Amino acid sequence: MSDVWVLVDHEDGTTSKVTHQLLTAARSLAKETGGEPVAVFLGNGWATAKERLEKFGAAKALVGESEDFAKYVASPQVEVLSKLITERQPWGVLFASVAGGKEIATRVAARLQLGVLADSTNVVVDGGKPVAEYSAFGGSTLVKKTLKKGPFLVCVKPNAFVAEEAPVSLKEESVDVAVSDDAKRVVVSERVQKEAGGRPPVESAAIIVSGGRGLQEPANFSVVEALADQLGAAVGASRAAVDAGWYPHSNQVGQTGKTVSPQLYIAVGISGAIQHRAGMQTSKTIVAINKDAEAPIFQMVDFGVVGDLFDILPKLTEEIEARKSG
Amino acid sequence: MPLKIAVCVKRVPDTAAEKKLDATDFTLDRESVESILNPVDEMAVEEALKLKESSDGEVTVISMGPEGAQANAIRKALSMGADKGVHLTDAALHGSDAQAVAYALSAVVRKGEYDIIFCGAESTDARTSLVPPALAENLGMPNLNFVKNITVADGIVTGHRETDRGYDVVQGPMPAVVGVVWGANEPRYPSFKGIMAAKNKPVETLALADAGIEVSRVGLEGSSTQVLEFGARPAERQKIIADNKDGEGHLKLADFLQEQKFI
Repeated sequence: MSDVWVLVDHEDGTTSKVTHQLLTAARSLAKETGGEPVAVFLGNGWATAKERLEKFGAAKALVGESEDFAKYVASPQVEVLSKLITERQPWGVLFASVAGGKEIATRVAARLQLGVLADSTNVVVDGGKPVAEYSAFGGSTLVKKTLKKGPFLVCVKPNAFVAEEAPVSLKEESVDVAVSDDAKRVVVSERVQKEAGGRPPVESAAIIVSGGRGLQEPANFSVVEALADQLGAAVGASRAAVDAGWYPHSNQVGQTGKTVSPQLYIAVGISGAIQHRAGMQTSKTIVAINKDAEAPIFQMVDFGVVGDLFDILPKLTEEIEARKSG
Repeated sequence: MPLKIAVCVKRVPDTAAEKKLDATDFTLDRESVESILNPVDEMAVEEALKLKESSDGEVTVISMGPEGAQANAIRKALSMGADKGVHLTDAALHGSDAQAVAYALSAVVRKGEYDIIFCGAESTDARTSLVPPALAENLGMPNLNFVKNITVADGIVTGHRETDRGYDVVQGPMPAVVGVVWGANEPRYPSFKGIMAAKNKPVETLALADAGIEVSRVGLEGSSTQVLEFGARPAERQKIIADNKDGEGHLKLADFLQEQKFI
């Protein structure tokens, strides 16, 4: 088979942006493999998902509706997907290269003795095989990798592709979702929601505004948050800010936090130590605001402003608001 | 009954150091940089030690890789308080990818019949975080990954797994593989006594055959992923710098963001 599958990343049928990006990638890969882009949907909320998958060009969908996919961690997906891959032998499967997607991909790989390409920032077909790019050593090195045999499992980072709408009428087929008792061993016993911040998660946001030591104290993160909200962005933090307890680790960008490549990354009061650069160097556009003209962050920016962030940020937020409404 | 606890560790290049790849086979030139115990693995060791202290268990540190620095990673964990080490080392392992590493580790873990296996959920070098779930899969064990607030009671492991919106409380039966997330705890520093005691703790060295590992599934040959090429990523940054001395930095930046269509 030459189809290119996308494992749909979603919550109760609300598909994530990265899923739409993966569908765009799958469409271009499928032109090379001579197959079709196929969405693999496991979980609840198919009706909601269907509409969005059609909009982004899923010609076909394999649909498995069951409570088990949300009730247990990863294993039901691993079991059902492994069986589908073995039976139908697609060209390959694209996964969102986020914690959950990589976890499923690596376990499917182990189960079927296949390889997996993780953290890909681009993927093309060459000689029938995937060639994926990823950046190593904090973005300083570009590595091209392939897999020796298929079906090919490829994890693609959020924002590696720009989602393009390509409406189609989707053919759906339901699949068997019965899983073994072994797949039901790790249970989600409770879901705890933080206060709804309304901001996108750092891992997949298109724009991130990050704050560092230059903010001087935790309350000052409010200027970063205000700018982020004006841009519809996620809020990130440097290790220094997280270690000081100013912001949660879940928002940390860097070698010991999240590795991100958004369309726009704005570093505020961050000097740009290698630890931080490692997590954001592959961002498409980088902006920095720092009072120290010698800060290493200015070596890697598209646009830098040397000056006092407490002066610049509030004015910038206002200016953006004015231009948006004007 | 005392628990048999394992913790898998690896050494990584120091996070602050510049790294390079070996030009002949595209593997990391590990001799060119200082290496340390993977910081997240230290947190896994800490979880193992906390469990040992509350359950009267025994902690075995497992690591794979070349002699020398890898042995130092084991020694560090022993000096923190682990009881013994197992070091899988064999020239044939060179160049193993994540799937091959997980397979090889699973053979070593299987020999020890552990109740619980801790790993750092990711390493600070490759960062793929592929190994712990693949290890669990190879062992046919449940996997709790990216967790903190880990507790063990009545044969059940419970942990908090971070999500985009908060966290999920996840639970699974032992034996299980537990991937410890960054920030799960403050790892203890080895005491002087601990460092001295570590010198006398047993470290078993295994080669492939000792662990029953098939040579065809490890190393560069046995790995499914293949590096085609690598090179310096050209820095294509515009490097426009505006000084805010004139108080118009925000306007220039807004112009830039508008040109780039972010506004």
